[in-house]
Amino acid sequence: MKGPAALLLAASLAAASPAAAERLVLSLSTNLVAIGSNYTGARLVAFGVIERDTQTVSRVGPYDVVVTVRGPREGVTVREKERLGPIWLNRSQQKFVEVPSFLAVTSTRAIEDAASEEMRRRYRLGVRAVVNAPEFTVGRGGEEDKFRQALVRLKGKDRLYLENPRGVSFVTGEFFRAPISLPATAPVGNYDVEVSLLADGVVVARRNASFELVKTGLEEQISEFARDRPVMSGFVTAAMALFFGWLASVIFRRD
Amino acid sequence: MQIYLPIAEMPVSILLLLAMGAAVGFVSGLFGIGGGFLMTPLLIFLGIPPAVAVATQSAQIAASSATGTLSALRRNALDLKLALTLVAGGFVGTSLGVWFFAAMRRAGQLELVIVLSYVTLFTVLGSLMLAESLREFWSVRRGVVRPRRRGGEHPAYLGLPFRVRFPRSRLYSSLIPIVGLALAVGFIGAVLGIGGAFIMVPALLYLFRVPTNVVIGTSQVQVLCTALLAVILQATLNGAVDIILALILILGGVFGAQFGAQAGRTLRADLFRFLLAILILAVGLRFVIELVVRPTEPFSLSVQELRR
Repeated sequence: MKGPAALLLAASLAAASPAAAERLVLSLSTNLVAIGSNYTGARLVAFGVIERDTQTVSRVGPYDVVVTVRGPREGVTVREKERLGPIWLNRSQQKFVEVPSFLAVTSTRAIEDAASEEMRRRYRLGVRAVVNAPEFTVGRGGEEDKFRQALVRLKGKDRLYLENPRGVSFVTGEFFRAPISLPATAPVGNYDVEVSLLADGVVVARRNASFELVKTGLEEQISEFARDRPVMSGFVTAAMALFFGWLASVIFRRD
Repeated sequence: MQIYLPIAEMPVSILLLLAMGAAVGFVSGLFGIGGGFLMTPLLIFLGIPPAVAVATQSAQIAASSATGTLSALRRNALDLKLALTLVAGGFVGTSLGVWFFAAMRRAGQLELVIVLSYVTLFTVLGSLMLAESLREFWSVRRGVVRPRRRGGEHPAYLGLPFRVRFPRSRLYSSLIPIVGLALAVGFIGAVLGIGGAFIMVPALLYLFRVPTNVVIGTSQVQVLCTALLAVILQATLNGAVDIILALILILGGVFGAQFGAQAGRTLRADLFRFLLAILILAVGLRFVIELVVRPTEPFSLSVQELRR
């Protein structure tokens, strides 16, 4: 939770149409999450302010906020085991070409209560809505649905796809904070944070930010070495293995 | 105590890895096998990506078999001539196996080939060895002394052309079955991602009647060469060797291998063969269960590539 919190505040905007909706200002507690040798996951916070002026329409109900964090995209194949005679083996499969490796949706209350199904589908609010979106896979329709369900279930088990319906809290009427926690298995890369502001079940403002998860120090050097000098790193590992093998035979020498 | 693995990109407990390395090292030192067929499933179970698991455990196998080779050299308990013959044949078999591996992957049936090979190979091999071992126990208990092999009495395949003498192994055999064995082991090893010593050891014991103490040392040399080649190829072609993971596994493994080798020296030959049979059969049955029992989660994910 370190980092220049005010950095993104300055980059606020003037994009909203006049005399209508609220404006949203967003800032992350950090833009760079570093992985060291003792990394076991990270926590950061998205802070947001709702800006209103005299021309902004007045709202009846309270505001709702939905924060969607998407990790770097990856290609995933979901396979299903089926029975063939006495044995179980993978038979049917579904490829998902570009899915977020990590997907966390945090909101002020359950997403089903905060937005109508139409809203959820149009703005991709909630894990289900993101996964069921047509761009999620080059699908064949119908059959593939169980593969989407399985993808959500299996990713959920690894804490890579999750929903937290009570995560976002309002500090004051216009100022909110949303904690984002990354499990240790979340992959290295660029993460998008998308914040949607809802009033009376309608999305009135959206704002994006991003942060990066990077390896630092020794971890970075080792993976760079393995990537840039692969032959050398193979020989170094082999030499290390031989050295320790020899060392052990010397230590344990009995005759 | 957790440490982050830079290539596997996940944190793991150091103590757990050390213990796993030591346990597999013990088995490896005891039987003169690499232990890859035990270590790979364990690492994958921890959540380490299969490519990284297969590639990295080769480094541990190289280390513990280096120790084994050196101590066998010191005790003069290996047949270097036989070992080098096996290594030469093995390299050719490995290349063929890598080619077959790629062809099956293109056909989309690689996983089935792997599981079925494990099941067939391990259960058949394990059952044969167990039966042989039990027969031996039985006849010893009933006081029947089975005749020892006499000079000049040997299976027909040893008498094929190109006969070579391996004095250390008390073997005078044609090169054809020996190189054929090495080819087969190299091929199967490359397809299944294992060293293949667990096939080599029983084959040398039963088919060629090489003395038990020589078999272990000889097989260690062959495992060492295969594992070193595997580490270098895996790092070069796939960049999948995690040096931190390798280091931890090696540290646990070399010590485990020492105790294993010491235990192996005091083990009776018939008991040794009995235990090896049980171990191989157990791994085979594990794959049978995986194949036959209704899975609790029929779906599985595999990530192809990350777009950064």
